[in-house]
Amino acid sequence: MNTKEKIIEWLLFACAALCVLTTLGIIAVLAIQSVQFFSEVPLKDFLTDTQWTPLFADKHFGILPLLSGTFLTTIIAITIALPIGLTTAIYLSEYASKTFRSTVKPVLEILAAIPTVVYGYFALTVVTPFLQIFFPSLSGFNAISPGIVMGLMIVPLISSLSEDALYAVPKSLREGAYALGSSKLQTAFRVLIPAASSGIIVSIILAVSRALGETMIVAIAAGQQPRLTLDPRVPIETVTTYIVQVSGGDVPHGSLEYKTIFSAGLSLFVITLILNNISFFVKKKYREQYE
Amino acid sequence: MNNEDIKTLKNNSFKVWAVFATSIGLVMLGILLVKIGMDGMHRISMQFFTSLPSRRAEEAGIFTAWVGTLWIMGTTALIAIPVGIGAGIYLEEYSKKGWWSSFLEINISNLAGVPSIIYGLLGLEVFVRLLHMGESILAGSFTLALLILPIVIVSTRESIKAVPKTLREASYALGASKWQTVWMQVLPAAAGGVMTGIILALSRAIGETAPLIVVGALTYVPFTPKSVFDSFTVLPIQIFNWVSRPQAEFLVNAAAGIIVLVAITIVMNGSAVLLRNRWQKNVKW
Amino acid sequence: METIRIEKKMKTNTEKQHEIVSAEFMPDENFSTKRKVMNKIETKNVHCWYGDFHVLRDVTIAIEPNTVTALIGPSGCGKSTYLRAFNRMNDLIDGFKLEGDVLIDGKNIYDKQMHVNELRKNVGMVFQKPNPFPKSIYENVAYGLRVNGINDKKVIDETVERSLKQAALWNEVKDNLHKNALGLSGGQQQRLCIARAIAIQPSVILMDEATSALDPISTGKIEDLIAELKKDYTIMIVTHNMQQAVRVSDKTAFFFLGDMVEYNNTKEIFNNPQQEHTRNYVGGRFG
Ligand SMILES: Nc1ncnc2c1ncn2[C@@H]1O[C@H](COP(=O)(O)OP(=O)(O)O)[C@@H](O)[C@H]1O
Ligand SMILES: [Mg+2]
Repeated sequence: MNTKEKIIEWLLFACAALCVLTTLGIIAVLAIQSVQFFSEVPLKDFLTDTQWTPLFADKHFGILPLLSGTFLTTIIAITIALPIGLTTAIYLSEYASKTFRSTVKPVLEILAAIPTVVYGYFALTVVTPFLQIFFPSLSGFNAISPGIVMGLMIVPLISSLSEDALYAVPKSLREGAYALGSSKLQTAFRVLIPAASSGIIVSIILAVSRALGETMIVAIAAGQQPRLTLDPRVPIETVTTYIVQVSGGDVPHGSLEYKTIFSAGLSLFVITLILNNISFFVKKKYREQYE
Repeated sequence: MNNEDIKTLKNNSFKVWAVFATSIGLVMLGILLVKIGMDGMHRISMQFFTSLPSRRAEEAGIFTAWVGTLWIMGTTALIAIPVGIGAGIYLEEYSKKGWWSSFLEINISNLAGVPSIIYGLLGLEVFVRLLHMGESILAGSFTLALLILPIVIVSTRESIKAVPKTLREASYALGASKWQTVWMQVLPAAAGGVMTGIILALSRAIGETAPLIVVGALTYVPFTPKSVFDSFTVLPIQIFNWVSRPQAEFLVNAAAGIIVLVAITIVMNGSAVLLRNRWQKNVKW
Repeated sequence: METIRIEKKMKTNTEKQHEIVSAEFMPDENFSTKRKVMNKIETKNVHCWYGDFHVLRDVTIAIEPNTVTALIGPSGCGKSTYLRAFNRMNDLIDGFKLEGDVLIDGKNIYDKQMHVNELRKNVGMVFQKPNPFPKSIYENVAYGLRVNGINDKKVIDETVERSLKQAALWNEVKDNLHKNALGLSGGQQQRLCIARAIAIQPSVILMDEATSALDPISTGKIEDLIAELKKDYTIMIVTHNMQQAVRVSDKTAFFFLGDMVEYNNTKEIFNNPQQEHTRNYVGGRFG
C-alpha cells in the first residue's frame, strides 16, 4: 500500500520534472547549435552586420534585419492592441452590464483562439488590399498589415488580464473617488489604472512576448526579405519567419545554414525569456500585495 | 460650457470610443468569417474532403491534411493529458512549498511564454534527430504535447485549487490515503475545469503550424499515415502551403481549408466555454 | 475488557442488520479486531504548536469508553486542535508539531509504526460545516468501505442501509439513495456525514461544532443521535453551545488560551466549577 503511494508520487513528480527537462532541453539545443554557429561566425558580425543573407552566395549573418522586422511588427501590434485592449478592459469592468460582459468575453476569447494561419490569410487578402486603397505605394507584403491583424488578435490577452487587475482593485478606492465627485472616467484613469498598473504591465509584457514570437501571420503577410528598416510599407522578415523559411526548404543538417535557425531562435528565446520573467515577478509582487 | 458639461462630454466620447474598441475585434471576426465564407464556401464539397493534394487547384483536397490532423491530435492528447494532469496534481497536492516548487512554478510560467516555433527547434533536435523518430507523427506529437503541457498543467492546478479543503479533510478522516483522496475525490470534483483546459489546449494544438513545419511536417503528402512513425501533414500546413502559392485558385482552396479549421476551433472553444459555465453553475459547495 | 465490550455490543445492537453486517466484516481481520480493542482514549502532557505558536500546553485527560465528552471554551483556545490530535488531522497542516502522548487503548497513535490511515478508519470525524462528497448519498456512505478495499455490493448495500438508519436518515433518503448528496438540507447533510463516519465502524467519533451551522430542529435531531450513538462509540464533541454540552455530554473539559483548565463531570463543571475561569465562562461572562 505504502509502496504504491510512493510509486505514484514518483510518477507524478516525473511529470512535473518533465517541464524542467523541457526548459533544459530548449536551452541545450539552442546553446549547442549556437556555439557551433558562433565558432564559424563571429558574434560581433552577428550583432552588428546590417545584412542577413545566409542563403545567398554572398553570405552575411547580421541578425539586426530580422530583429528589426520582429520589433517593427510587434510595435505596430502593441500600438493597436494596447489602447483597444485597455479601453475594452475598462469598459467591461466599469461600464458594461453583466450580460454584455458574459457574452462579449467568450467571443473575444475565440478571437485569440483562431489559428494564426487564418489571420495570415486575412492580413494578406483583406487588410493589405484595403490599405492599398489609401496607400497605393504599399507593397503586397509589408509590416503594417500583419502588425495590425496581430494587434487585434492579442487584444483579448491585454483586455482580459487588465480586466482582472481592474476588478481586483478594492471597492473602497472607487467609492472614495466617487465620493469626491469624480466621474466614472476620471475614476478609471486617475484611480483604477494606477492602482491596477502592475497587472496591466504584466498583460502588456505578455502581449509583447506573444507578438515577438508570432510566426504564421508574418510569415504569410510580411514577406521574406530581411531588411533593416522601420518602414512599415515594405516587405521585411522576422526571426520566426526566417526559421519557418529555412525549415520548409531542404537545408542539410549540420550545415551553417541549418545552425542559423538556432542562433536566430536563441535571440528570440532570450528576449522572450527576459520578458516572461519580468512579468512573472511583477505578478508575484502584486499578488503578495493583495494577499 | 461649464466644468460639468465638459465632464459629461468627455464621458460620452469615451463611451463611444469604448464601444468601438470593444467591438472592433468582433467586427474583424465578422469580416473574417464573411470573407472566408465568400472565398471558400463554394469549394467545400465531398471531393474537397476526400481528395489528395494536387498541382491542379480544383482537384486538390484536404484528405491527407485532416487525417494527419486527427493522428497528430490523438497522439498529442495521449501524451499531454496524463502528463499534464499528473504534473498539475503533483504541484498542487504533493510538492511542499519551498525553492523546488517555486522553481517549478517559474519554469512552467516561462514555458507557457516560449514562442511555439522554439518548441519546433527543440523537437527537431531532440525528437527528430536525437531520439531518431524522424519527421514522423510521433515527433510532431511530442513537440506539440510539450507545447500545450503548460496549458494543461495550469488549468489542472486552477481547478484542483478550487476544490475546497473540506472535501479532502472528509476523505482523509475516513482513512483514505493521499492518492485515494486525489483520485476518488479531488480529481472528479475538478473534472469540469480540467476538461475545459484540455479542450482549450487541444484547440491550440490544432491550429499550430510553425513548430510542425520546423520538425519537418511535409507540405505534399500523397498518402495517409498508417502509424505514428509515418510522415504527415496537417490542415494548417496545407492551408499555409496554399496561401503561399502565387496562383489565385489556390487561395480558394486555402479559404475552404480555413473554413474547416475555423469551424473546428469555434466548436472546440464553444464547448469549452459551455462546459466551464455549466461546471461553475453546478459546483456549489 | 475485550469480552465485556463485545457483550455490551451484542446487547445494544438490537437491529438484526447490524449483526449480519458485523458478521460479514469478520473475515477482514484488521477491520473487526481493531475496532473492538480501541476504546479508552487519553492524552498525557500533550503540547501542540503551529510553527512557533504554542497552541496547547500540557493537556492530560483520560476518557472512558462509551461516554460523550464535551470540549468547551472561547474561540481560538485550541479545542479543534485538541480534537484533531486524535485522528492526526493536524498532520495535514504545515508546521504543526505535537509533543506528549496521545493514547488510544494504551497505544501511542503518534508512534512510527502507527498507520495514519488505519488510525483514521478507527477514529471517525464530523466537521463543523457539513461536507458531503459531491456524489450520491449512497456513494458518500460507501466511500469509507471502498477506500478500505471492500467492493462487495451486498456488504456495501447493507452497510449503507445500517449506517443511514443509525444516523436517523434512512427514512428520509431511502428512495433517493442515488441522488446527489449536495441536494440534501444542511441538517440532512450533517447526518449523512455522521452515517459516513460510522459506516466503517470506528470506535471513536469526533465532532467539531457539528451543529453550529444547523437550525434548532436539525440540531435537536443530531443531539438525539449522539445520545443514541454513545452506546456504541466513544464520542468527543466541541461545542459553543453550553446547553448542548449539558444536554448531551457526560464529561466536560474547559479550555482557555491553550490550557486545559478543568475536566470533570459535566454536572460539576456547570454547577460547581472549581476554577475562576471556568466559572466566568459557564456563567456567560465572556466567550
Ligand atoms: N492552521 C493553522 N495555522 C496556524 N495557526 C492556527 C491554525 N489553526 C488554528 N490556529 C490557531 O491556533 C489556535 C487554536 O485554534 P483552534 O484549535 O482552531 O481553536 P478553537 O477550535 O478552540 O477555536 C488559534 O489561535 C488559531 O488561530
Ligand atoms: Mg474550532
